[in-house]
Amino acid sequence: MALARPLPTPDHESAEFWRRVGAHALAVQRCGACGTVRFYPRALCPECLNDQPDWVPVSGRGTLYSFTVCYRPASEAFADRTPYIVALVDLAEGVRLLANLVDCTPEQARVGMPVTLAYDDAAPGATLYVFRPEAGAA
Amino acid sequence: MKPAGFRDVALVGVAESDLGRVPGKTAIQLAAEASARALADAGLRKSGVDGLFTFGFGRMGAVQFGEYLRLRPRYSDSSFMGGSTPVAFIAHAAAAISAGLCQVALVCYGSTQASDAARKLGGTPEDPRLPSSQYERPFGLPTPLGAYALAATRHMAVYGTTSDQLAEIAVATRSWAALNPIAMMRGPLTIADVLASPVIASPLHRLDCCLVTDGGGALVITTRERARDLARVPIVVLGVAETHTHQIISQMPDLTVTGAAATGPRAFAMAGLGPGDIDVAEIYDSFTITVLLTLEDLGFCTKGEGGAFVAKQRTAPGGDFPLNTQGGGLSYCHPGVFGIFTVIEAVRQLRGEGGTRQVADASVALCHGTGGVLSSSGTAILGRL
Repeated sequence: MALARPLPTPDHESAEFWRRVGAHALAVQRCGACGTVRFYPRALCPECLNDQPDWVPVSGRGTLYSFTVCYRPASEAFADRTPYIVALVDLAEGVRLLANLVDCTPEQARVGMPVTLAYDDAAPGATLYVFRPEAGAA
Repeated sequence: MKPAGFRDVALVGVAESDLGRVPGKTAIQLAAEASARALADAGLRKSGVDGLFTFGFGRMGAVQFGEYLRLRPRYSDSSFMGGSTPVAFIAHAAAAISAGLCQVALVCYGSTQASDAARKLGGTPEDPRLPSSQYERPFGLPTPLGAYALAATRHMAVYGTTSDQLAEIAVATRSWAALNPIAMMRGPLTIADVLASPVIASPLHRLDCCLVTDGGGALVITTRERARDLARVPIVVLGVAETHTHQIISQMPDLTVTGAAATGPRAFAMAGLGPGDIDVAEIYDSFTITVLLTLEDLGFCTKGEGGAFVAKQRTAPGGDFPLNTQGGGLSYCHPGVFGIFTVIEAVRQLRGEGGTRQVADASVALCHGTGGVLSSSGTAILGRL
């Protein structure tokens, strides 16, 4: 049996983020003072140090900033997935996330393609965000 | 304020430990072995060392190493920012020496990562609460390799860079390694060989990646005044700069622009020199893409022109841009923090000790270290006055 996939361990600064991901409603923080939208979640705005962020639900629309097709797994836990795609996605809200690009062959992936947010309930209580090509894009 | 520079500070001793696969020795032993050799190279005694710059031997690296060699430094620095650290240590040591806080600085490093089989494609396990654990590890990004692959994909998409152009770097570096008796990989290599090697994380092939070896290195740095009485031609510190920009790859604003775009201009300004003044360059080659991005960021060519710059074996022996003349991390050795080896080779070239790989009339050299996932950068411009 394959080793368990590494999953995020939420902490005080990320619990709300992962709770929202678990509810299939990814949101990012926006600074209550200067308005800078940030990923990943943290208590203080990395621009102006204000500590009163708002949560902004994301539209789910994004653009593929870059990607790599992994032919060798990062660990045994990913061995049965190769080749798999790890991507950087620029969300319309102005943040960049690293995640897997799924339902997309290595040949279909191209920088700049539109992608949409989806969710992978990877384990009980542990949901990850994934991206797939926007319909008709791949 | 115009930076004053550190022309009164000189590198006076450099050495590697045994390199390659050294199963009979510990990491701290390799660092000590390199230190002893570097002190002998300088003609200095251990008792004169009063500044210590090292890391990696537990949480308090310099403290541990100080105990091991019975050093009680007046100035101690266990900073760690990945592979660039030893280059940044030149700046730290030069500042400390210039301020009179120490007079003889020892910079050293040792690793047994090859014998330990410590290098995993997934990276080194970290605290589960760190951003890398929460926002990257769950997605299976090979680390650091995958992050460099993301940078390469982006550079190819934006600028049309090709795998052939990246392979040019690996091939040229191998040609230099063939001239270095202690390089690990000295056999002939072609662009076709690189392209035929397995793709690990696209677009990077196995032969776009550095070696994994054991080894250590050390530098001895002191005042130019003190250097006058010593064995070797002193190599002065003309310009230094360091920075770090992000820890995980999603936080890097533009994957085609590294911290070298900040450290290069600052180091050149301190030196009062420009890219055209560099006779030999030693640029951290964790991956071929690392070199290409750094060449652009340091201003040896414009952004996006790196592929054309390295074409036709320009950086190979006999080419007009001598680069990574000891064979680099790609073919000579790579014990995990390669920055120290960029400095060792630069000093040897400037002293004229390069043997069959000596670059004629080398009087100004540039070293550049890159750490993490294009996270940290250190540039040093060294010269023979």
